[in-house]
Amino acid sequence: MAIDKETVKEVAHLARIELQPEELEKLSRQLHDILGFIDKLSVLDVGQVTPASHILPISNVLREDEPHICLTPDKALENAPSKNGNFFSVPKIIE
Amino acid sequence: MELNRLTAHELLNKLKNKQVAFEAILDALYAHIQKVEPKVKAYARFKSESKPALNPQLNAPMFGLPITIKDNICTEGLNTECCSKILSNFRPPYDATVINKLKTAGSSIFPLKANMDEFAFGSSTENSYFGPTHNPWNLECVPGGSSGGSAAAVAGDEAIWALGSDTGGSIRQPASFCGVVGLKPTYGRVSRFGLIAFASSLDQIGPITKDVEDAAILTRIISGYDPKDSTSVNQGVPDYTNSLGKDIKGIKIGIPKEYFVEGMDVEVKSIIEEAINKLKSLGAISNQVTLPHTQYAVPVYYIIATAEASSNLARFDGVQYGYRAKSDSLIEMYKKTRAEGFGEEAKRRIILGTFVLSHGYYDAYYLRALKVRTLIKNDFDAVFKDFDCIVAPTSPTPAFKIGERTADPLKMYLSDIYTISVNLAGIPAISIPCGFTKNGLPIGLQIMAKPFNEEMLFRLAHAFEQNTEWHKIKPRL
Amino acid sequence: MKYQTVIGLEVHLQLKTKTKAFCSCAIDFGKTPNSGVCPVCLGFPGSLPVYNKEALSSAIKVALAFLCQIQEHTKFDRKNYFYPDLPKNYQISQFDLPLSRNGYLNILSENKTKRIGITRIHLEEDAGKLIHESGASLVDFNRAGVPLLEIVSEPDLNSPQEAFDYLTSLKNIIEYLDVSDCDMEKGSLRCDANISLRPEGAKELGVKTELKNMNSFKGVKDALTFEVTRQAELLESAQVMTQETRLWDADNGVTVSMRSKEGAKDYRYFPDPDLTVFIIDQARILQIKSQLPELPQEKMRRFMRDYGLSEYDAKILVNSKKDAQFAEECIQSYPEKDKKNMVNWLIGPLLSEANSRKVSLHELNINKDEIIRLIGFVENQSISHLSAKIALTQMLDSQKSAAIIIKENNMLQISDTIELEQIIYGVIQENEKSVSSFKAGKTNALMFLVGQVMKKSSGKANPKVVGELIKRRLTDA
Repeated sequence: MAIDKETVKEVAHLARIELQPEELEKLSRQLHDILGFIDKLSVLDVGQVTPASHILPISNVLREDEPHICLTPDKALENAPSKNGNFFSVPKIIE
Repeated sequence: MELNRLTAHELLNKLKNKQVAFEAILDALYAHIQKVEPKVKAYARFKSESKPALNPQLNAPMFGLPITIKDNICTEGLNTECCSKILSNFRPPYDATVINKLKTAGSSIFPLKANMDEFAFGSSTENSYFGPTHNPWNLECVPGGSSGGSAAAVAGDEAIWALGSDTGGSIRQPASFCGVVGLKPTYGRVSRFGLIAFASSLDQIGPITKDVEDAAILTRIISGYDPKDSTSVNQGVPDYTNSLGKDIKGIKIGIPKEYFVEGMDVEVKSIIEEAINKLKSLGAISNQVTLPHTQYAVPVYYIIATAEASSNLARFDGVQYGYRAKSDSLIEMYKKTRAEGFGEEAKRRIILGTFVLSHGYYDAYYLRALKVRTLIKNDFDAVFKDFDCIVAPTSPTPAFKIGERTADPLKMYLSDIYTISVNLAGIPAISIPCGFTKNGLPIGLQIMAKPFNEEMLFRLAHAFEQNTEWHKIKPRL
Repeated sequence: MKYQTVIGLEVHLQLKTKTKAFCSCAIDFGKTPNSGVCPVCLGFPGSLPVYNKEALSSAIKVALAFLCQIQEHTKFDRKNYFYPDLPKNYQISQFDLPLSRNGYLNILSENKTKRIGITRIHLEEDAGKLIHESGASLVDFNRAGVPLLEIVSEPDLNSPQEAFDYLTSLKNIIEYLDVSDCDMEKGSLRCDANISLRPEGAKELGVKTELKNMNSFKGVKDALTFEVTRQAELLESAQVMTQETRLWDADNGVTVSMRSKEGAKDYRYFPDPDLTVFIIDQARILQIKSQLPELPQEKMRRFMRDYGLSEYDAKILVNSKKDAQFAEECIQSYPEKDKKNMVNWLIGPLLSEANSRKVSLHELNINKDEIIRLIGFVENQSISHLSAKIALTQMLDSQKSAAIIIKENNMLQISDTIELEQIIYGVIQENEKSVSSFKAGKTNALMFLVGQVMKKSSGKANPKVVGELIKRRLTDA
C-alpha cells in the first residue's frame, strides 16, 4: 500500500522522533518500497489460522509475592542525564 | 602457537592442568588486539592504551578463561551501549543472567565489548555508532551482522570465544561470513534477562566459537531456566559435549527446495551441495523437503520484529539513562533525543514498527503477520515429523563489500532469507564453516533441528567438522 | 426540557500485595524517592517482567465478588504512550482479553435495589509519581509497577448520589476481601467519571465528558453535581458540546477543561511478548471462590434472617467489615434468645457514641461483656434506659465498669412500690388537671404524670412500674 509523507509524519510523532525534511522525504520513499514488499502477505488466506503471539506452549508463569533487595537511589540514578537529589529530573511538561 | 589462537577447550585443558595462567591468555589477547584491532575494529570503544585488569573467580570449570560479550548484553559496571549514541555511557547496575552464569562458572568477562549493528538492527555491523567492523578474511568486506564484532573477534583470534545475539540470523550469518561456528539456541533455552531487547519473541543469546566443541561447552553454561524471564523454559540442560564424537549414520536430513532457487549464487550452491554430500558420505540420508511459506518469512519478520522493537525502544528517551538532547520542553526532549540518538536504520525500523501497530493497520499487518508466523512454524513441524534436521545455506551470498548494500535497505533485509524462518519458528540452528569462495571468503552450512534438540545440531556439526579441515584455516591478518 | 443523567465510573484500585506487579520490590510508601526500585520497575534495558501470583489471586477474588465472568484465557497487552512517569513508555495492561467481564453490584437507591453493571475488571501496573517544580519536573518511580485493578462500570448510574453509593458499596465489598486499602485520600483508590446528559426518553447517549482529579467520594459527587448543572445549561442554550476531559477544582467547586489533546490517542495495543498467556480453569476459580469471605450482601441477609434485623439496620451494621464483626460478636455473646435488645443498643446508643466520637463502632473503647452487663441492668429493671445511656457515655469516657458507674452515680432505679407510691401521691396532688385528663380517657396524660414522677425522682424511678402504679391508683379511685 502507499504510505505518504503525511502518514510518516504522524507516525514519527507517535514514535516521538523529529524528522528533518530530507529525512522525511527519504524515509517515506523507503517505507513505501518496504511496505510494497510486505504486502505480499495479503494474498494468503489466513482466516482460520490462530495468531502466534507466543511461540512457546507455556502458560501461567508467575512468581511468589516475596520481596527482594532493591537498588539504592544512587544506583538507580547513576546513569541519569539529570537529577535533583533522589529524583530524576526532566524539562517542564508543557500541557 | 600463541595462546589466543587456541580454542577454548584446548585452553581449558591447559588451565586445569596448570600449564598456563589465565593472565598469560589475557596478555596474549591484548597483544594481538593491539596489532590487529586498528584494522578489524571488532571491539566498540577500543582505546589502544586501555588494558583493564580482570579479577575473576578462577574456579572450575572455566578457571578465569576470558569471554567476549556483545555490546547488547548487560554487564554490571561495564559500558553496555548497543553501539548506539542514545545509550552512551550506560553502565547497567546489574548483570544479565547469562553473565551471572558465566561468572559462577569461573569465566572472566572481557572488558571490551564486541561491536554490533546498533540495537542489533542490521546484517553487516555497518550500523554501529562506532563505525563498521572489517571482515578478517577480507578487510574490505563486512563481517556480517548484527553480531559482526563477536564473529570477527573470534575469527581473527582477538577473542577465545564470544556471545552474540540472534533475532533473524545475527549469530549465524556473521559466523558464516567469518568462517566460525555460531549457534542460535531454541527460543526459551537461554534467559533473555539482561539482553537489551530488539524483538522479544525472536531474540536469543548464543555462542560464537572457533569450533563445535567450544559451542557445546558454552551453550551448556548459558542455558537453563531463569525465573526472572517469563519466556524461559523449565527444562533440564543436557551436557551437550555428550553429543560430540557420535556417528551420524541414518540421520535423516531434509533439504528445503525453497532454499535452492533458480539464480542463487553459483559458488554458494556448489559449496553447500558438496557439504551435503560430505554428510551423506558419513552416513546421513538426505531428501528434498518443502517449507512452502519460506517466501513470506522476510515480510512477516519485518512486521513482527519492527513492531516489537518500536515498543522495546520507546524507553530510550533521555529520561533515566543515555544521551539527552538539549531542550526546553519535555516533548522537544523526547523528539530531539531520539532524532539525534538513533541512527538511520533504527529510526526506519521504529517508524515502520509503529506504523504496523497503529490504528487501522493493526489487523492488516501485525495480526496477519502473527497468523502467517503460525503457518511458517507449521511448515517446520511437518518436516520434523519425518526428518531429524534440515540443512541449508546460512546466507545466499558470501560477505559483501562494506558500503555495497547500505543504499537499499530492502536488499539488505533480503540477505536474511535463510536465517529468519528459524527465529519465527523458535527452533535451534547452527552455522558451521564448510568452504571458501574462490576469492577466499568463507561459506557457512546451516543445520536446523526441532525445539530443544540442540544435541542433534552438535552431533551433526561435530561429525562434519571432524571430517573436514575448514575450521582449522585461519585468516591472514 | 428534562434531561437524564448518565454516568459511568472507572475505578483504579491498588492491590496491597507485598511486592509489585512484575518485580519483587516491596511496596512501601513514604520511602525515600527511588529507593523501592529495581531494573524491572525502572524499565532498564534488558529487564523483563514476571507477574505476581498473589496479585492474580486477589484480582480473581475481586472479579468473583462482583459476579463477573472470568476469562479462561487471559493475557497482558502493551499500552504504548510516552510520559516521564512511565519508565518503559508503555504500560503493561489488558486490552481485548481482560481478566473478567459482565459483573454487577447492587446499590440501594431511593429505597430500591438497583443493579449497576460492571463492564470489565482488568489487570495493569501503576506509573511513577511526578512532582512539578518551576522549570523542571521530578520523577519518583517508587510507585511504578504497583499492581492495579481497573474496574469499569456500565453507564448505569443516573445521579451523582448513585455514583457516591456505587463507590461506597464497591469499597465495602473490597474491604471485605481485604485486597486493597481503598483509600482515595492516599491514592489506593482512584476514580474517573464519564458523564453525559440526554433528553429524557432518548435512546442515544449524549456527548461524553470525562472528569478527573477527584480526591474523595464526596469530591466525585460534587464534581458530578456541578457537571449536571453545567451540561444542562449548555444543552438548554443549544450550544454544541464536544467530547472533552475536565478536571475537578475542589477549592473553587468547578470543573475546568483540560486543554484538548491532539485527537484520540492511539495506544497501539499488542500482546506483550515478554509474558505468557494465563489459563484460569474452573478448578482454580472454584478454589478461590471457596476462599472468599462472606460478602456484605450475604452478611446483611444473614443478619436479617438470623437476628431479625430490618434491611435498613442490617445494612448499617455490615457497612464496615470490622464493625460487622464486632456487632456479630456482641450479638452472639448476648445470652437471650431474642437478640433484639442487643441489636437496638448497637444501632442506637453505641453507634451514636461512635459517631459523636468520630470513630467506627468497633473502635469504641468498650468490650462486649461490659455492654451486655449494662443491658442486663436495664433488663432486670435496676436502672432505666435513660440512665443506661448516660452510664454508657461515662463508661466510654472513664473506662470504668457499668457496676461502678451505676454505684457512683446512684443510678439504681427505684422499683420499690412503697417508695414510689409516696412520690406518685405527691405528683397526683400537684397535677389535678392531668389526672382529670387521664380519667377522661387521654392516655397522653399518663405519660405526663410518669414524666413528673421521673423528674421528682431524678430519673431514678422505674417508669414502667410507675406507670402501672399510677394507672392502678387512678382507675381504682
